[in-house]
Amino acid sequence: MRFLFKTGYEQDVRLFQHSGQVVSYGLLALLLFSAPWWAGDYVMSQLHFICIYAIVGFGLMMLVGFTGQISLGHAAFLAVGAYTEALMQAAGVPFVISIACSALFAGIAGIIVGLPALRLKGIYLAISTLAFNVIVEEIITRWESLTGGNSGKHLKPVELFGIKLDTDADFYYLCLALTVLCGLACVNLLRSPTGRAFVAIRDSEISASCLGVHLARYKTMSFAFSAALTGVGGALYAHKLAFISPEQFSLLVSIELVTIVILGGIGFLHGAVLGSVFLIVLPQLIAIAKDFLPSGQVPTGLQAVVFGLILILFIIFEPLGLYGRWLKVRTWFQLFPFYRKGMFRRQKSYMKSERLR
Amino acid sequence: MSFFKVEGLGIRFGGVVAVDNVSFEVQRGEVFTIIGPNGAGKTTIFNLIGLLYPASSGRILYEDRELAGLAPHRVAELGIARTFQNIELFEHATVLQNLLIGRHRHRSTSLWQELVFAPAVRRAEVAHREAVEKVIDFLELAKVRDTLVVGLPYGIRKVVELGRALATDPKLLLLDEPSSGLNPEETDDMAFWIEDIKKHLGITVLMVEHDMNLVSRVSDRVLALNMGAAIAEGTPAEVQAHPKVIEAYLGAPV
Repeated sequence: MRFLFKTGYEQDVRLFQHSGQVVSYGLLALLLFSAPWWAGDYVMSQLHFICIYAIVGFGLMMLVGFTGQISLGHAAFLAVGAYTEALMQAAGVPFVISIACSALFAGIAGIIVGLPALRLKGIYLAISTLAFNVIVEEIITRWESLTGGNSGKHLKPVELFGIKLDTDADFYYLCLALTVLCGLACVNLLRSPTGRAFVAIRDSEISASCLGVHLARYKTMSFAFSAALTGVGGALYAHKLAFISPEQFSLLVSIELVTIVILGGIGFLHGAVLGSVFLIVLPQLIAIAKDFLPSGQVPTGLQAVVFGLILILFIIFEPLGLYGRWLKVRTWFQLFPFYRKGMFRRQKSYMKSERLR
Repeated sequence: MSFFKVEGLGIRFGGVVAVDNVSFEVQRGEVFTIIGPNGAGKTTIFNLIGLLYPASSGRILYEDRELAGLAPHRVAELGIARTFQNIELFEHATVLQNLLIGRHRHRSTSLWQELVFAPAVRRAEVAHREAVEKVIDFLELAKVRDTLVVGLPYGIRKVVELGRALATDPKLLLLDEPSSGLNPEETDDMAFWIEDIKKHLGITVLMVEHDMNLVSRVSDRVLALNMGAAIAEGTPAEVQAHPKVIEAYLGAPV
């Protein structure tokens, strides 16, 4: 068991709390950085997706896990980011600017969706974001002059400062760098007043407001930030697929994205990464399982069934998600042999003040 | 100039008159208590001051400034902090984080600085922690500093909530039943703290309370309410002896 002796306030805001974290994150960085040497083409391709989903996961986690607002329409922000990137690349805009614009436009879309969020809660908010997703998908399909409609848009490989990033390794480093940057932005936000205001809104809107948190502003901000990260993910997603069309941004994708944060663990940034790893690895596991199926192939819809089943099982048996499970395992080792079964059990809340709105 | 003044305050919910033409004035540096039987409208007055409800009539003047019409979050920015009768903490955050959210009105950094955690943010964070640590020392919360609120017992939560209100560095502190649910020992601590808040921190306290021992021990002046209307005002002893107050609590003599 590790005891942290704090001797200064600086220690509280440090990125790494103790030397053990430096070592473990250092090893992880080394492992990821050396991926092109140890990973084959296929694994590299999966790593691209994991990075992209992790960025989107960070965005959604900030909104769902830390601000307590639900969104079933994040595929729409993904689409805004992807199409912005596709159109700007076609117009010859440099990548650095176009990806910033992807984030910006998705962020603006986030503000537009965030506005009803000021009045809506829970299931109603879920429905309105869901509607937004459908609207955006429809707009992309119909606005053929701009988006090409169902015939989609092709993208060329990323060109960064005149260097073409056309190998798997190059694109991987780009994705990895952006994932680290986005993750860092989330961590920074969470250890400063804005992030704490998000958490305040999540846990009690009424006392947040009584402590001076401007609810409307911070909710909108959270939506915008979340959407902007998703926009960055969308731009990379577009490049990864090299071809985008409206059906890649359907409602099912939104639900997949929500699955990332729930499986990963609501309220933990690590959860966004674990969730996206899980999301990418699961289809492979299902593919392996097909050898044991009577027909010898994966029936259509099996993946959705397994996904739904896992989601339900997680919500019932492990609401803290994969990261919560890891925390429990870690605590078990740290406290051995004193771990108690109920240590992470959620306590019954005391009566809350009467809801005023 | 008066510090805090309520004039003819009233609110009705449909046909129910919850608060009816209540006026009082709180002097700077005193402890002013509102008492009254259940449903007298005490907490409603707090919610009106916090602008959680729009008042149907009357004015709330804080340092000669009309509060009505401001957005609710502006009240905290002006230096009015409150606690809740049934505790409204941020449960899935640590005690330290809860108190740090109390520092929200003193934030000085922009979103862009925070995204890159600029040196200014780092300095501000250290300064916030210094301020919060004073509150932690004052309320003896050091041992639960890094504990999630969700795992804390009721009595400590009550203190954490007081701490969070103090962390805002308020000029006027509204305490909604600070002793409800506390055992006699904890109530005793609470009385000490309220006295210290008045004497050492120089914060004016406006309090709703049922425990008459606590009320007569810490209050300078008391206002009694019944059925939304003010029935008596004065020192704790005067109000306790007032025939209308006795009638409200015990019923009229036959």
